[in-house]
Amino acid sequence: MSEQTEASVRAEVRAWLEANWSPEYGLVEWRNKLIDSGWGVPSWPKQWFGRELPMALERVVEEEMQRVGAVSVAKTGIRRLAAATLLVHGTDAQKERFLRRSLTGEDTWCQLFSEPGSGSDLAGATTRAEFKGNRWVINGQKVWTTSAHHADWGLLLARTDWDLPKHQGLTYFVLNMHQPGVQVHPLRQMNGHASFNQVFFTDAEVPPENMVNEIGRGWAVATTTLMHERRGADGIGRWGQSSDRKGRIYDEERAENATVMEPYKWYPQRAGRVDLIVQRAKETGRNTDPVVRQEIAKLLTLSKTAEWTALRARAAQMQGRPQGPEGSLGKLISSHVARAAARVHTLISGADAMLTGEDAPMNGLIAEILVSVPAGSIAGGTDEIQRNIISERVLGMPKEPRTDNDRPFRDVPKNLVA
Amino acid sequence: MQFSFTDEQQEFRSVLRRFLDEKSPPTVVRRLMETESGWDRAAWHDLNQQLGLTAVHIPEEYGGQGFGPVELGIVLEEMGRALLCAPYFSSTVLAATAIMHAASPAQKRALLPGIAAGDTIATLAFTEPNGRWDSAGIATTATRDGAAYRLDGTKSFVLDGHTADQIVVLARRPGSSGNDGLSFFTVAGDAPGLSRRALKTMDATRKLALLEFRSVEAELLGEEGAGAEPFARTMQLAAVGLANEMVGGAEKLRESALDYANLRVQFGRSIASFQSMKHKQADMLVDVELAKSAAYAAASAAAENDPELPALASLAKACAAETYMQTAIHTIQIHGGIGFTWDNDTHLWFKRAKSSEVFLGDPTYHRELMMQAWNV
Repeated sequence: MSEQTEASVRAEVRAWLEANWSPEYGLVEWRNKLIDSGWGVPSWPKQWFGRELPMALERVVEEEMQRVGAVSVAKTGIRRLAAATLLVHGTDAQKERFLRRSLTGEDTWCQLFSEPGSGSDLAGATTRAEFKGNRWVINGQKVWTTSAHHADWGLLLARTDWDLPKHQGLTYFVLNMHQPGVQVHPLRQMNGHASFNQVFFTDAEVPPENMVNEIGRGWAVATTTLMHERRGADGIGRWGQSSDRKGRIYDEERAENATVMEPYKWYPQRAGRVDLIVQRAKETGRNTDPVVRQEIAKLLTLSKTAEWTALRARAAQMQGRPQGPEGSLGKLISSHVARAAARVHTLISGADAMLTGEDAPMNGLIAEILVSVPAGSIAGGTDEIQRNIISERVLGMPKEPRTDNDRPFRDVPKNLVA
Repeated sequence: MQFSFTDEQQEFRSVLRRFLDEKSPPTVVRRLMETESGWDRAAWHDLNQQLGLTAVHIPEEYGGQGFGPVELGIVLEEMGRALLCAPYFSSTVLAATAIMHAASPAQKRALLPGIAAGDTIATLAFTEPNGRWDSAGIATTATRDGAAYRLDGTKSFVLDGHTADQIVVLARRPGSSGNDGLSFFTVAGDAPGLSRRALKTMDATRKLALLEFRSVEAELLGEEGAGAEPFARTMQLAAVGLANEMVGGAEKLRESALDYANLRVQFGRSIASFQSMKHKQADMLVDVELAKSAAYAAASAAAENDPELPALASLAKACAAETYMQTAIHTIQIHGGIGFTWDNDTHLWFKRAKSSEVFLGDPTYHRELMMQAWNV
């Protein structure tokens, strides 16, 4: 047992960075060095590149790295989820093969969970995996797959048994995206961007060693991935911020971010851009209308209280207190903020809210807010699902009676489109 | 700004909650609200003897405990939760705060220890029958008469005004207007020329009075004509205090709605298993947690003398008021028919939510103050 304190960890990581960090490293070269030192993923097990630091002290390491401008391991997007999932559920061989290359950023990933016929009801997946000869053969369709067009690997949830109840017939695989049986098509959204893809499998293949955990344990593995996804849902603003510093490694990091962050460039608009409200109200003179003032005030109140609620959750976490209800509400609250912001932006813009592109306020930025906000209350768990989660897990209310859990999945009513 | 409570503050809250659960159950609230005074002197002494709550934010040099707005907020949140019937908001929050901001050191030494001990019940008379919460609404005049002053005018909506021993009055120099010429005064509750009448209040747990001053002799607090700034600061702390009191009540309602939904069976299943109920409860939780964040942030800003306090006090007041009222409406709805009866306790909190929504200025008024403070 080590007696690690905030001060001792800070001193140790600082000394290591002083001795080792230089912006003249190549990105992968530096990340390998960082991974070898244990400071890349300090809360991970010692056997797998970590130092077994408590989560609360991980922040100290991050602060010290930021202080000197040291680049971190690849944390952006789905790579973090893949690594975190395999760390828990992978075999040693899978960890050997994938963890390091995910942390260095050499391998990129996508998440093959959602399907046209199963959105909120993820466990209703109908993409099939059948064992034929010496390999798994995959047929079906996934959707809402961010970065599928440049991913090396996919985290796949597929049905391996149709006679068991739905959650028990799923298995989790690592699928090679570079193969003839995998076709990726971009999916155009109502805001004109195409950040996501549809992925079609026609006799795509997965070798047996790329099954994660056991047959029929796919739901448990997917739950681990989703848990990490939710935890990171409010972090999109933080990761992917490139440093403007000079040095070879920063150039490489900027290039990496340009690719990884491309699908997310409209995400700030999806969140409502409350930061633009006061400036816009003053510029348009709408700040003198008492009705508009009230609506702006309500929005700013909501936005501020949302921020403080997140800070309360973080403060409790830092103090090691059990998580209070304030920690589970962020996703739902951010939908409220975004919707309110879109409404007030409309109120401020008036007739101009009918326009888009260069004819619209701020060269189309306001229009992009208005047509991007509807995504926030759907992606990553709809508001309705969030309310179910809050009422069941935080408030302890009973689940609705279900009809799909106690019978073979093949007998459960399904969508006609799939 | 501080976003969590210390272990000592948490402990203080839980002691207080146990104490108030025992001393202020709904049966006691119902008994006291039917009386004209609205509170019980023996129980009040009990409260102050055991926990010294009246002293909480008064400086030690004036007989107080020397804690700050955060601890005051905790006390008020718990009192709001228990719907305590006592002259606490009037005496400790309004009157003591006005004295702390307006009076000379000698006057503070004379006035505050009695309030801190709970022996003197004081209140602040500022609003008038016009119902305005800002200084522009003050018409009561203070005319110099030798060393003393004479007050003439009518104060209304005075919290515990008919029972207070001491009344702090906001009045103006004859002929002045707006923020000019305002001063604070003190008057004994039984001063000659002062007539007091309890108003019939919809929220029976919060008593209001009409006070008429006819040439009432009064002592000036602090400097003549310098009352605007102490008044503004008193209103800010009062708004913060009321916001904290309101979130306590809102959380209590939310919990009672949840308890009821879990008990009630319709269509062969607990109504808590219907998504229409679950989603409403989730929304109530979101509202209450957001309002708590506002109330706590404002208390923290007050404790740190943050320049943002004027904006945050109004933000918290408006936010907590809307949440309390909305939570009360949802709670009655979740109870169904029983929630509309006198015997069910929900209406007690509903009415407190309604009086708190308006008291010290409604949400629209406070949102406008917030916008002005932020120079929008």
